[in-house]
Amino acid sequence: MGKRLALTGDMAAAESMRQINPDVVAAYPITPQTEIMMTFSQFVADGLVDTELVRVDSEHSAMSACVGSAAAGARTMTATAANGLALMHEVVYIAASTRLPIVMPVVNRALSAPINIHCDHSDTMAERDSGWIQIFSQDPQEVYDHILLALKLSEHPDVLLPTMVNQDGFITSHGVEPVEILDDSVVKTWIGDYKPKHTLLDFENPITVGPLDLYDYYFEHKRQQVDAIDNAFKIYPQVAKELSKLTKREYPMIEQYNIEKADHVIVTMASAAGTTRYVVDQLTEKGEKVGLLKIRLFRPFPADQIVNILKGKKSVAVLDRSASFGSFPPLAEEIRNALYDEKTKPPVYSFVFGLGGRDLLPSHVEHVFKGLAKGSFNTKTIEYLGVR
Amino acid sequence: MKSKLKGYKEIPIGGLILDAGNAKTYKTGGWRSKRPILDKSNCINCYFCWFYCPDNSVDVKDKDVKGFKLDYCKGCGICAVVCPKKCIKMEDEDKFEE
Repeated sequence: MGKRLALTGDMAAAESMRQINPDVVAAYPITPQTEIMMTFSQFVADGLVDTELVRVDSEHSAMSACVGSAAAGARTMTATAANGLALMHEVVYIAASTRLPIVMPVVNRALSAPINIHCDHSDTMAERDSGWIQIFSQDPQEVYDHILLALKLSEHPDVLLPTMVNQDGFITSHGVEPVEILDDSVVKTWIGDYKPKHTLLDFENPITVGPLDLYDYYFEHKRQQVDAIDNAFKIYPQVAKELSKLTKREYPMIEQYNIEKADHVIVTMASAAGTTRYVVDQLTEKGEKVGLLKIRLFRPFPADQIVNILKGKKSVAVLDRSASFGSFPPLAEEIRNALYDEKTKPPVYSFVFGLGGRDLLPSHVEHVFKGLAKGSFNTKTIEYLGVR
Repeated sequence: MKSKLKGYKEIPIGGLILDAGNAKTYKTGGWRSKRPILDKSNCINCYFCWFYCPDNSVDVKDKDVKGFKLDYCKGCGICAVVCPKKCIKMEDEDKFEE
């Protein structure tokens, strides 16, 4: 049953892609995603996969090729990061709106300028209204697992939406950790064949993809997308349960750590959850009542579940790895919005950390928990952790 | 016009068109914001409206102007302007919505 390998987050993504054996991959290299496609193109060269690897001239072309390929009925994947994702932006929307279940590992990196190759979430947050499902991974193991989960979720007939599987640039993508890999045959059986209902290459039943759609039907197609991504709430737990049976690991939309007894909770995503968990352990040992809520599924946003967990708490700190200039950052906005209707709700404090790869240190997390306990933060302002 | 359009649960997802040649059934009259209304009591059947209509949407039967084919009329109002008897009025489309 499976094996345990020492893999970076990028190699873990490539490994799950090898097992998925997509029909088509179209990609363009960009740091820190490059190692995914570098590793995967070696698999192609070695004949370990049957994939048609399309080497394109830009990320805009990469996503365009993926849209064409997925519309033709091929199981399609790509990967990108940062400015590459930004260059895709136009076609990212088209992929979701055309309801093509493309799975794309995104290795989160700060958007320019100034140019920076390290981690923050500004790239993926710029796509949060694009209609893609967005899953955040804490470590290489989650990267591997989430890509398999994403494929099954995306291709479900009630969903049919593309998914971004996010991981933190360099922190996760280039950090080697033990990763448990399923047997190739187990993955192959579980994901099955991709059998879309309508495809461009079905010559018996010719269709038009991507036609002009004016004010008489465009709104209806957007309304369908709303239902589709809401359906992901229903389908996600089923798919996660199936995968859990194979891996013996759990994939709740939101992960609670030490939450039940906690008075003060930090909400965050991706690798920062690991750092926070470490601090929660240390402070709990000293008798403090602190906990962590890790958001795995960001789109669709599981607000109901989050409210049930947070509404009785004394205070909540939301740690965002991206800024929204002129307003509160994305995750803090979501959490506040989710809690608005509750009669009793904790104050929600907003923190921005780690822009451009700045480390989130345990001391930063400790500072947040201590401030929460003392009530020394202000809900009207944003705190910036680790900035000079 | 509006009520003939389908709801979001009745159409293929993602903007897919499943029937070839369906432009034939596409009713461009949905683009209209003003609707021509004919006052037949003043009409002299001069056919100016019929000549000038850029979309062949003036309905003439047995040499008699009957009205307008609203499935295709886009409400440009040329007919109302050229009518020598001023018996065509353009009225706001929202009056006719259900």
